[in-house]
Amino acid sequence: MEIRLENITKIFVQKDKSEVVAVKSLDITIPTGKLVGLLGPSGCGKSTTLYMIAGLLKPNGGRIFFGEEDVTDTAPEDRGIGLVFQNYALYPHMTVRQNIMFPLENIKVPKPEALVRAQEMANLVGIGELMDRKPKELSGGQQQRVAIARALVKKPRVLLLDEPLSNLDARLRLQTREEIKRIQRETGITTIFVTHDQEEAMSISDEIVLMDFGEKRQVGIPQYVYDYPENLFSAKFLGTPPINIFEGEIKTKKVILDGKAIGITKGTNQKIVIGIRPEGFVLDEKGTFELVVDMVETISRDTSLIIIDPTRENETFRAIVDSKHRIKPGDVLKVSIKTDKLFVFNFETGELIK
Amino acid sequence: MLEKQSNLKAWLYLLPAMALLLVFTFYPLFNAFYLAFLRNYSYLNRTAEGYTLFGNFIDVVQDVNFKTAMKNTSIIVFVSVPISVMVALFISVALNSIKKLQGMFQTIFFLPYVTNAIAIGMAFAFIFHQDYGLFNMFLGIFGIDPVNWVGLGASWSTAMFALLVYTVWGGLAFKIMVFLAGLQNIDKQYYDAARVDSTPKWRVFSRITVPLLSPMIAYITITSFIGAFKAYRTIIGMFGPTLRPPGTLSKDSLITIVGLVYDSLSQADAVGKISQAAAASIILFLITLSFTGVQMMISKKRIHY
Repeated sequence: MEIRLENITKIFVQKDKSEVVAVKSLDITIPTGKLVGLLGPSGCGKSTTLYMIAGLLKPNGGRIFFGEEDVTDTAPEDRGIGLVFQNYALYPHMTVRQNIMFPLENIKVPKPEALVRAQEMANLVGIGELMDRKPKELSGGQQQRVAIARALVKKPRVLLLDEPLSNLDARLRLQTREEIKRIQRETGITTIFVTHDQEEAMSISDEIVLMDFGEKRQVGIPQYVYDYPENLFSAKFLGTPPINIFEGEIKTKKVILDGKAIGITKGTNQKIVIGIRPEGFVLDEKGTFELVVDMVETISRDTSLIIIDPTRENETFRAIVDSKHRIKPGDVLKVSIKTDKLFVFNFETGELIK
Repeated sequence: MLEKQSNLKAWLYLLPAMALLLVFTFYPLFNAFYLAFLRNYSYLNRTAEGYTLFGNFIDVVQDVNFKTAMKNTSIIVFVSVPISVMVALFISVALNSIKKLQGMFQTIFFLPYVTNAIAIGMAFAFIFHQDYGLFNMFLGIFGIDPVNWVGLGASWSTAMFALLVYTVWGGLAFKIMVFLAGLQNIDKQYYDAARVDSTPKWRVFSRITVPLLSPMIAYITITSFIGAFKAYRTIIGMFGPTLRPPGTLSKDSLITIVGLVYDSLSQADAVGKISQAAAASIILFLITLSFTGVQMMISKKRIHY
């Protein structure tokens, strides 16, 4: 089922009566059967958005649609959603089975059927043999799966996950994110999850919605957003290591960095911010730049170079090159820049200049 | 060596408290046990005629008021405690769910705790006054004739009813405070989760609130039972030192086991009465101890921590 947010605004009133706009005129369409990540830094309004979709928070303005149905004024229990909380909110006094069956008992599913459905769901998420344990006897990853099973058992129309991986250790996080992807594919349920981790969002989402200060900054397939950032925020937020930022200018349709033309643009003459992805630097005998290497970090097949920034004093930036190059600190390299890894942004607004 | 030093220091810090406990708790405790087994102990001469194993206990049981005291104590324990725990639980849940004026209501419900029991007892005696009492006025709305609850010649059952109302009410404040603290510690996400899963209200209460509050409920229940076994202040407050409505016989008395203890103590000059008081208090102690033991055993299985 498609979920559509139209012009959604949420304002929180603080204790001192001052108002904080958490979400500002947000328009999002989440396509049927997709896994969509709401991504953004802390406090960008992504969890608020999720809880408004769940119905636990009421928007101050705008409408929310599930398919053709306007659910803005529908109570959470009537929306047909499954919600997985950040710390899972498993009932500590109930066993795994009782936890998963709880939503079914609420809607008076006969016990034999509820037992079967709970077991099926537990098997699907891979905790079928832990049904008689209490939540505190489970690992974080297992608890997470119980929470997903509990959310899915009543066959909701939408699955919502709030920071699903933030409470797991690094290894488990990797494993669980594949698991979430698999469960989503097998059930085909429209799923929205919230995360501040761009790697997590990029690895499992069919689409990401990038948010900042309560506003949508860019929407799209993760790799597309990475390759074609529409603004400086998108460019900076996606990618590890992050994009390198320089100050430059446009002169007669040429992008000028440190006095050298490195690309062409349609923009008029102005001061600009230049972003170059770390993988956008190429070792090239005929390269335009001569750069001094400060440090070298080799991680398996890639070599990460910390290079002294010629445009600013005491600053460095990062380039990633193939580890077949043998480079030592202090080496002087001839470097050129790949134009598809080069982005030019308006100095004031941060919008992309094509 | 280091450890020994700090150990010594710890004992030193404990010394004042230990000394006080020794003088005012342990000495009287052991003394009570000792007195309970003395035969014909005279408080005036400090002499006894040897020891007796059950003599003083038999005196207690054969006391004209013993049966009445047991009956009254049991009723206070088994009626007032469950009712007050349940009422307190409902009030706390209600208080916890309101937003406006919560602080004000919390204060109102807590006031009885900081008010003198004797004073409140007198106030309650007046509330139940036949002619001027609020309670009869309230019943009057429904066309019920004034009842002589606690006045001259009032019956045991009406007096007990008034006493139970007072006992329940008087015990609410502390219970509500503890329950509220417990409720505020329950993670709000459980309720959000329950809401999303369309849990009916009564099920939220019975399947989530009560189990998650069970440690507090167990604590309150156990301490309330212990307190109710020791009921005395409330009766004095309401009925004065005779422990019964004026103009009634001793079989209609509202005396409790603690009342028996005081009764014997008030006749301390008579031979053997001090020992009888000691024996009565040991009986009470044993009843309370075994009852609490059983309760702890039951709650261990049922409480989720």
